[in-house]
Amino acid sequence: MLQIRHVSKRFDELAALADIDLAVDRGEIVGIVGTSGCGKSTLLRIVGGLEAPSSGSVMLDNVAVAGPRPEVGLVFQEPRLMPWLSVRENVEFALAKRPRDQRRPLADAALARVGLRAFADALPQQLSGGMAQRAAIARALVARPAVLLLDEPFSALDAFTRFGLQDHLLDIWRADQPTMLFVTHDIEESLVLSDRVVVMRAKPGRIHAQYRIDLPRPRRRTEAQLQSWKERILEDLDLAQKGADAEPEFAI
Amino acid sequence: MTPLARARRVAVKGGAVGLLLPALLLALWEALSRFGLAPPNLLPAPSAVLKSLRDLWFAGELWGHIEITLLRVLLGFLAGTAVATVLGALTGYSPLWRRLLDPTLQALRSIPSIAWVPLFVLWLGIFEGSKVTLIALGAFFPVYLSTMAGIQQVDRKLVEVAHIHGYSGAALVRRVLLPATLPAYIIGLRGGLGLAWMFVIAAEFLGASEGLGFLLIDGQQTGRPANIIASILLFAVFGKLSDVALAAISRRFVSWQDSFQSAEEKKAHAADQARLQEI
Repeated sequence: MLQIRHVSKRFDELAALADIDLAVDRGEIVGIVGTSGCGKSTLLRIVGGLEAPSSGSVMLDNVAVAGPRPEVGLVFQEPRLMPWLSVRENVEFALAKRPRDQRRPLADAALARVGLRAFADALPQQLSGGMAQRAAIARALVARPAVLLLDEPFSALDAFTRFGLQDHLLDIWRADQPTMLFVTHDIEESLVLSDRVVVMRAKPGRIHAQYRIDLPRPRRRTEAQLQSWKERILEDLDLAQKGADAEPEFAI
Repeated sequence: MTPLARARRVAVKGGAVGLLLPALLLALWEALSRFGLAPPNLLPAPSAVLKSLRDLWFAGELWGHIEITLLRVLLGFLAGTAVATVLGALTGYSPLWRRLLDPTLQALRSIPSIAWVPLFVLWLGIFEGSKVTLIALGAFFPVYLSTMAGIQQVDRKLVEVAHIHGYSGAALVRRVLLPATLPAYIIGLRGGLGLAWMFVIAAEFLGASEGLGFLLIDGQQTGRPANIIASILLFAVFGKLSDVALAAISRRFVSWQDSFQSAEEKKAHAADQARLQEI
């Protein structure tokens, strides 16, 4: 349903993305991993219609993406909640096109799905980092988008909160089965969540390898098979020999 | 806790302790005057100031002076704020308008505003027109600068969220730009109001026949220092009252910021406590 066709992106002299080709099926979860500077976030922004490709196109259900669209939800690394709106109002913010009387029940239902129903009247600053990110997910999901794009959604959170939210995201996915494309620098995260892991490399940003992770979910983080994939991806990224020191920001 | 300790706690926590020094100074001042150590023709006793306030009030002229000064401040402040809001919004929102207008306005800002007075009097006469214009000019710059800066500093990431959800034009302004700019704007309004009070005195020094500033000058020219100090007192009272009123009105719109600050304080406090526990 989502087709990325020969997408390239240049920022002046810098080639951020070179000829990216990727097709994502309906309901598929695709994780993109890569070192910083490989253009993975730029690719996500192009798919979300926040940036235009220098060449190539992104097709969503055979319609070219030319800007942000209601059927695409976005979650960023930071929650980006409006600090002057309550949590509920922040979720309702995504429902401007709906009749007024529908907004509140929809927002409350979305908050209930992320376990924040009791915090609907709180202000964003009163939430912890993990709760704020769940509110952001509720905002992205409330309009029931067909595609959910997530740009390092859990990287600013501590490990335990991160594990909790990964499981949570899978619960939500089971309910609606949106197509999900997410960017991460956490290889384990991509292996636990994805149907397919896409490995990108930099200079210029391109797809280096793809792995189909055909294990049933929920997956255990310690599973032996995940470890072998992890090693292969580390090799793809040239990190296996140099170890974690080469890219200290990289979570292994 | 004993009642005395509780009273002390309330006094210290409630800021009553800040009244101690002014009270002492007042008592000292009154005592110096009573014992003839301060010349009454230069520094009248606090009781003499109160008496002159009472006399002015019962002579029936005091409220007229207060009223005209309040009206001038209000008109000048509203006029200056209105123009500043429009220009600040334009220059904050659009780089083109900023490049067009801001250098000129910044150049005008470097002229001490009182320097305009002769010109304003020449153009607008010595009556209300020139006075209100001077006050408006005083109120203009803080409001203009903070509106422009406030809009420029709106978090682009929040604007992007609004774009994603299909907000643009008036809806973007109303739902994101306006609330995000409001805290800076209110700081500008309070600064503008303060300058409006400063400039009303300058305006009333220069050829007014009524108003609190006129009372000041009149007290000097007729050798009545108690009237001067009484007018200063009234300026302080009404300046403070108007600022408190503005702060109270604006608190409704930025209450989210209050709770933000108190949440931050709570976090900082909790961190301090945790550190103390570790020690």
